[in-house]
Amino acid sequence: MLSRTADNLFWMCRYLERAENTARMLEVNLQMSLLPQDNQTRDNSWRAILRLSELEQAFDTEYSSTTPRDVLHFMVRDPANPSSIYTCLRAARENARSVRGSLTTDLWETHNFTWLELQRLLAEGKPERHPGEFFEWVKFRSQVARGVTEGTMMADESMCFQRLGINLERADNTARLLDVKFHEQAQGEAQAQGELNLSRTEQVQSAPSRHSAHSEFYRWSAILGSVSALENYRKVYRDVITADRVAELLILRADMPRSLLACVLAVSADLKRIANADSAETERRAGKLAAELQFGRIESILEDGLHPFLDRFLKQINDLGNRISQDFLVPLSA
Amino acid sequence: MKDQTPASTRAYDEMVDAHGTVRPHYRAFERWLSEQSAEEMVTRRLEADINFRRVGITFSVAGDEAGTERLIPFDLIPRVIPASDWRILDAGLKQRVRALNRFIHDIYHDHDIVRAGKISAAQIFTNAQYRPEMQDIDVAEDIYCHVAGIDVVRAGAGEFYVLEDNLRVPSGVSYMLENRKMSMRLMPEAFSRIKVEPVAHYPDLLLDNLRECAPRGSDDPVVVVLTPGMYNSAYFEHAFLAQQMGVELVEGRDLFVDRNTVYMRTTHGPQRVDVIYRRLDDDFLDPLAFRGDSVLGVPGLLSVYRAGRVTLANAIGTGIADDKSIYLGVPDMIRFYLGEEPILNNVPTWQCARPDELSYVLANMHELVVKEVHGAGGYGMLVGPASTQAELEAFKRRVRANPSNYIAQPTLALSTVPTYVESGIAPRHVDLRPYVLCGKEINTVPGGLCRVALREGSLVVNSSQGGGTKDTWVLEDESC
Repeated sequence: MLSRTADNLFWMCRYLERAENTARMLEVNLQMSLLPQDNQTRDNSWRAILRLSELEQAFDTEYSSTTPRDVLHFMVRDPANPSSIYTCLRAARENARSVRGSLTTDLWETHNFTWLELQRLLAEGKPERHPGEFFEWVKFRSQVARGVTEGTMMADESMCFQRLGINLERADNTARLLDVKFHEQAQGEAQAQGELNLSRTEQVQSAPSRHSAHSEFYRWSAILGSVSALENYRKVYRDVITADRVAELLILRADMPRSLLACVLAVSADLKRIANADSAETERRAGKLAAELQFGRIESILEDGLHPFLDRFLKQINDLGNRISQDFLVPLSA
Repeated sequence: MKDQTPASTRAYDEMVDAHGTVRPHYRAFERWLSEQSAEEMVTRRLEADINFRRVGITFSVAGDEAGTERLIPFDLIPRVIPASDWRILDAGLKQRVRALNRFIHDIYHDHDIVRAGKISAAQIFTNAQYRPEMQDIDVAEDIYCHVAGIDVVRAGAGEFYVLEDNLRVPSGVSYMLENRKMSMRLMPEAFSRIKVEPVAHYPDLLLDNLRECAPRGSDDPVVVVLTPGMYNSAYFEHAFLAQQMGVELVEGRDLFVDRNTVYMRTTHGPQRVDVIYRRLDDDFLDPLAFRGDSVLGVPGLLSVYRAGRVTLANAIGTGIADDKSIYLGVPDMIRFYLGEEPILNNVPTWQCARPDELSYVLANMHELVVKEVHGAGGYGMLVGPASTQAELEAFKRRVRANPSNYIAQPTLALSTVPTYVESGIAPRHVDLRPYVLCGKEINTVPGGLCRVALREGSLVVNSSQGGGTKDTWVLEDESC
């Protein structure tokens, strides 16, 4: 298929997935902020969202405070924010529009309708008045698009490029989510460690307290909630929620849809399907990364430090994205 | 705004005759319509609007920086054409396009028509639309205008006139197809009662036609649609046609030339391209040959084309034949090349380049439609009866400054078809653009794009000037 078409499909899916992830994060944070907590903790949790997407700087140049209202405005409708839901959905639709001839009518109309509806919802102030409903809607539209894709698009190369976009974006998001949550914990803001033995390198030592165990539960159930994994966790572990199990579920479980391993396995499989004369090295790197996760143990990952692990993982994911671009999407002329 | 009533009252109403009787070919539809409640029709009209927006059948307005996407209003009441009328139109269109194609071939080869004194050499060789690069170049199957859109109107007592020939990159065919889809969706019972000739096979005909015209030696030719990109006003149509034909929609940057061959960049490396259905003007096709600042084209494309190793549809240089000054000569062209009498009439036309005709035009401008010779899309034209004194004077100054750039035609009382307007249903002026595909054979699909001027009394149907569209129903037989 045309390289530019593949590129547009790839980014169409990446942006839609990013919008969904942003909505998921904001939704969970909003729910968290309803729990009793002091202002400091509340503001910190909103800062964390910005940190997660590496947007603190961009935010601070535009806004003077970090109220929930500011962060929501920035993350939902600010066109200057490259990761706002508005920007992502617009980019997804622009990409869809430039390849609308390669999409089934159903899929194109799904993207187009999402965009038209978004404009209406923003105009009537939906995100401010009913943020929960609005985030639900964003998630729903992204899920509808995936369903329509699966239900109507040919299972050919174009499907592979779309899935690559989704899985790379997802892996990136889950890794960041874990990183930020563990970082918060490492900082010992809630003076907590629960049953978790955090990495030696980070040397966090603080005494667990009853209060902290309590907030631990909410912290980890929040992260599970944001990737719709609460039920999955219960099903897999049938036990209380602990940090190391959450990490295991979201990093190493192949059967957990948004885990790092599931995403990398999918990327690796799709790379095999679309292989061309230039892509052997990319395929090898994806396969190696998948193998590392497949045969990894959560104990040793945590022992060596989760942050360095995730940091390395994000670099590897980024590298795969760049290599896919080079091998397939913008090949040098001739 | 003065003196436009005569044109409207005199206009030929396609649905109802002078005695208020519904014409036979409209009876079945009229009967169906009379059975519908006003609310049902309002609901249908709303549904049409919502659907067109959801499908994204929009166009961008030239010069609108914000890139606003607008809908072209769709009117539910179809324009119905009886089979007998269509037979005449069809024969006339094919005849006309056959002659035009012969003309372009002649202009870029032996110039028989010039030597025979039918058209002056100056009219051809000093015309900006004449492309010297095409002189003595053989194109595949001698086909130049693979796709033609011929604008036809009815006036007077209902006779057909050809208003203009569009032989470069005529657009609008996607509206013909989408309008039909929409009417079938909204008025299925009407279709079950009235036998309407289908149009949905147009993309298949087009693909066949394009493949037939591939360079010699390519047995499984690769066809692509070349678009200027998603900000072009007709982008929807480009994507639509590519999808319907199942071929790639490419932009200039997706193509490159290597060793006298055109390739597209794919995820599996370069792939050869044989036929380019280009929706890009000549000027932008190849920055090495034409406009150097064009980023939309493909460097080196012209040399591959001249070597006969790629087909461009339409060919380069077809603009010479749809120029409004050449338009005058089409009836003669038909006699000259085909030895036949033209089936369809031209609209009588004055050329401002001729001093006696210029003085007539200046003296009678308030009754005439004056157009730029190279203009298109309803820009740069003046409708005399609908213009103020100041507008007339201003336009006269422009014509005097450069007479050869203008032609004038009588203000035709274009026929009207009932149309939904704010106050209910009222007659509005229409035109018709049928599409003619020229390959080894010449084909049409029964119908075309019917454009309607939504403002009362207005004769300008262009979408850029607030026109709307209608579905065109060519009836299958005489039984109505």
